[in-house]
Amino acid sequence: MTPRQIVGKIGLWFSVFVIVSPAILFFLWMLSLSLKFEIDNAAYPPVFFPEHVAWKNYADVLASNRFLTYFINSLIVTGSATLLALLVGVPAGYGIARMAAHKSAIVILIARITPGLSYLIPLFLMFQWLGLLGTLVPQIIIHLVVTVPIVIWIMIGYFETTPMELEEAALIDGATRWQVFRHVALPIAKPGIAVAFILAVIFSWNNFVFGIVLAGRETRTLPVAVYNMISFDQLSWGPLAAAALIVTLPVLLLTVFAQRQIVAGLTAGAVKGG
Amino acid sequence: MSALTQSTPGAAQSDVAPEKALRPPSYWPFVVPALVVVIAIIIFPWVFTIWMSLNEWKVGSSTTFVGLSNYLRLTSDPRFIEAVGHTLVYTILSVLLPLVLGTFAAVVFHQKFPGRGFLRGVFIMPMMATPVAIALVWTMMFHPQLGVLNYLLSLVGIPAQLWVFHPATVIPSLVLVETWQWTPLVMLIVLGGLAAIPTEPYESAQIDGASIWQVFRFITLPLIMPFLFIAGMIRMIDAVKSFDIIFAITQGGPGSASETINIYLYSVAFSYYDLGYGSAIAVVFFLLIVLLAAVMLYARQRMLWTEIASGT
Repeated sequence: MTPRQIVGKIGLWFSVFVIVSPAILFFLWMLSLSLKFEIDNAAYPPVFFPEHVAWKNYADVLASNRFLTYFINSLIVTGSATLLALLVGVPAGYGIARMAAHKSAIVILIARITPGLSYLIPLFLMFQWLGLLGTLVPQIIIHLVVTVPIVIWIMIGYFETTPMELEEAALIDGATRWQVFRHVALPIAKPGIAVAFILAVIFSWNNFVFGIVLAGRETRTLPVAVYNMISFDQLSWGPLAAAALIVTLPVLLLTVFAQRQIVAGLTAGAVKGG
Repeated sequence: MSALTQSTPGAAQSDVAPEKALRPPSYWPFVVPALVVVIAIIIFPWVFTIWMSLNEWKVGSSTTFVGLSNYLRLTSDPRFIEAVGHTLVYTILSVLLPLVLGTFAAVVFHQKFPGRGFLRGVFIMPMMATPVAIALVWTMMFHPQLGVLNYLLSLVGIPAQLWVFHPATVIPSLVLVETWQWTPLVMLIVLGGLAAIPTEPYESAQIDGASIWQVFRFITLPLIMPFLFIAGMIRMIDAVKSFDIIFAITQGGPGSASETINIYLYSVAFSYYDLGYGSAIAVVFFLLIVLLAAVMLYARQRMLWTEIASGT
């Protein structure tokens, strides 16, 4: 190695360190907060590695009845909104791609630009009139605002890249459009569906704004529950941080293990107009 | 955004075009269920919002048609005007900082080094993590007495800050969180752009003995410009609408120092339950986002024309 290459290597690793450390340090600090007793969390200068590890913070959060309820709520809302979105969005993406109906993308675009609160005002009234407030149904429906555009958008992009030859051959052999979709297009599209599924799950799971308006005491999802813990007791940082970490842990694990799909989905969405 | 300009139909589609013209409705059944959903949850709410914005509409009292008076009320609502100002400052900072840092990060991640895939995964974690959970931890870090940020500042001799607890520093502090969270998205988009750049210009630059900065400034930057523009556009749309972080950390405070349009919209609609006025804010808010997007598109076109005119 020449001196110039050595300098380059050092520079590169220094840059990597500078770029990645805010993320690493943040999540380590979050972990540290969640594993400390109050006496350590209230200490100044801050304690980074506690002498006594407060596993109790996690046990307390997990043992509370409500937390389990909210976790199940989150599972139901995210699960239903994602599955419904796949059910209507995958065929729609296929149809739009095959009809080359690019103008329909404008609707997706409008959905992307519109602030979430704008949907809430009219839909909140609708749910009130229909007497649905107090159940999980309003949240499932409004989460479709997030999941359906993601699924359609990603599936349009995916079906545009899958080869047409097999489908045409099947059509000539007398298969119906539905059979072609079901037995030819769908199996090929599995990776695309995985991308759409993962992104829809993450953005639905993380959603906060719909819940604070529509959720009652019994129907909170986890992000709303965590938010209510903040205003409830500001001072016990340990359990709060533990709760925050539990809420976001599924998403962080998905990010690490499905990084390739996430990157593919986000950049496809982005480059094509997100 | 660029969906209409960029997604040109492939050759395969133009081949089937005549056949498609003969049997146009054949793919419609695939689209109909989604169409129903989109009409119910996206188009209907929009139409209804516009209708509500023309009415005096409060929860628990009767509604009356008032024409454009909700919109006129906006022009003399100091809290709304102030919120527009906060939104613009917040947005401009939250576009520029992630663009600069994200480009730098993309150039770094474009290099080959051991552990790159894993570190990239760690780097994008802030953007995927649950915003409310993140906000909670940032709130603890911003704490003036016990927060770790003031401790870190004290290590390098900078006096303690009030961060989100002072009107003058609250917006920059929130931008810090927003930048931390969304720089990864810019990085991913620009990284996609870098991957598409041919290697020839770099080889000749190396032969000519160009410095790293010159290579970046005169080769990389012009070639990734389209991607930077898209990243900037997406960042703008998201920053204008930013809600979770601001709401969870400051709720628009202290006072109304960090109250953006979205936060004000929330108060009007769901604290005061003034749905008619809230709808008017939602419509104007949407138009503002479209306007900002149009300005960016126009600026980009101007840039391209000047480039063509000056022959670079």
